Amino acid sequence: MLIKDALKIAKKDLYTEWKTKATIGAMLIFSMLVVLVFSFAFDPMRANVQALIPGLIWVLVVFGGMLGLNRAFVAESKNDTIFALNIAPIDASSVYLGKCLANFILLLIVELIAIPFLFLLFDYKFDLSYLGHFILVLLIGTFGFISAGTLLAALSAQTKSAEMILPLLLFPIVSPLLIGVTQATKVFLNSPENLSSAISWIQLVGAYDVIIFAAGFLLYEYIQEV
Amino acid sequence: MIEVNGLVKRIGDKTILRGIQLKINKGETVGILGSNGAGKSTLLKVLAMIMKPTFGTVTIAGQDIRKNATALKQMVGFLPHASMVYDHFSPYENLKFFGSIYHIPDLELRVSELIDQVGLKLFTHEPVRSFSRGMMQRIAIARAMIHRPQLLLLDEPHTGLDQSAVEILNQVIEEMKKDQATILMVTHDFMQAAKICDRFIIIKGGRVADDFSVAEGDAAILYERYKQVVEGGKAGC
Ligand SMILES: Nc1ncnc2c1ncn2[C@@H]1O[C@H](COP(=O)(O)OP(=O)(O)OP(=O)(O)O)[C@@H](O)[C@H]1O
Ligand SMILES: [Mg+2]
Repeated sequence: MLIKDALKIAKKDLYTEWKTKATIGAMLIFSMLVVLVFSFAFDPMRANVQALIPGLIWVLVVFGGMLGLNRAFVAESKNDTIFALNIAPIDASSVYLGKCLANFILLLIVELIAIPFLFLLFDYKFDLSYLGHFILVLLIGTFGFISAGTLLAALSAQTKSAEMILPLLLFPIVSPLLIGVTQATKVFLNSPENLSSAISWIQLVGAYDVIIFAAGFLLYEYIQEV
Repeated sequence: MIEVNGLVKRIGDKTILRGIQLKINKGETVGILGSNGAGKSTLLKVLAMIMKPTFGTVTIAGQDIRKNATALKQMVGFLPHASMVYDHFSPYENLKFFGSIYHIPDLELRVSELIDQVGLKLFTHEPVRSFSRGMMQRIAIARAMIHRPQLLLLDEPHTGLDQSAVEILNQVIEEMKKDQATILMVTHDFMQAAKICDRFIIIKGGRVADDFSVAEGDAAILYERYKQVVEGGKAGC
């Protein structure tokens, strides 16, 4: 039941995006601009620039994702539709789950477009046998970021300056995650010989994901309480 | 149907409801009156389970709202000041979504029936963003009724409605009364209140200041009594 209701919420959000394209458009444009600006700032031809790529990937994920997260709940305060979700006979956790899912899918779409664009602009090549590892890091990193972000976006949407509060709350909380995923990405893309260190980073990120997702799942209900 | 005991609601350091004591039987239609800022909307929000009571207990159909909220929400329909519908969706899309989270069987049928009932058939697939205030209120009414609630909470439902929409709304309420639904209606419209409600509650300063009935349709007496209680300094009991 909980999963079914969550899927309905996610479907509603994605359908909204499909109709208005407001959030995903902003996320995409912003991420692409980040990539472009970096390509101006650093000469893509110089070898040491390649070392920056793992960091750049997560910069665009974080900034693109932040835009999406902000919209997810601020959009629900228009016409007070968030209350319509709160008075519906569904578990509060299913709203959190549905919002997470929709945000996750949106951010993955953005990554799917922006990251190849980054590789292309920087003429970046890496050992394709580690592509699977790279995608795995991307998935668990995005998931953790969205899990924490959705919870905090629900919280910040209740304040008057949600756009400012969200990054302030989110950055300290996701910094362990970001350290972990950038380190692991660096290993997979630039120095696959250090595989074991990447594995331990991934384990850390995995544990972070589980804890933060469980926290969001359980705490969302109390955030909606007035 | 509803039992409210010593309900206190505090937001920040502001005490909005100061010990509401209320008992409403199944099938009653109760008008809630009171001046602006008296706490009427807040009371409805607590009953709709958007807000949690600070102190006191509220039971609906014999069940505590703190314990059985999810099950109780299936029984309650709420029409607040805000429309609670999605701007970029059409009436059809809105009702389809809300119907699905209320787990309505035969949703397609129910949606077209409701759209018909509130007279938005011509606008079924128009985004509600372009709607006028009255049309918005019509779709909001449809949203609140989609699951045929046994308890309907209406917050100034007549605002913005034209004559035919008022008739539609009154008809809807009449039908629900026949189905033994319980209705609470906050209103500043004494004519409508006198016509629809069979009991009145006046809220003043976060308390129930008066609780009475008048003969059907007698808005003048209702207004007299209201003025006496609200302005005449008969402080909350
Ligand atoms: N979220 C809130 N935070 C702080 N104060 C609030 C909040 N909601 C309502 N209030 C205050 O509570 C009081 C009662 O508000 P409420 O909306 O219940 O009044 P009302 O009786 O519905 O008035 P009206 O007839 O104007 O609709 C008001 O003084 C209002 O300022
Ligand atoms: Mg009000």
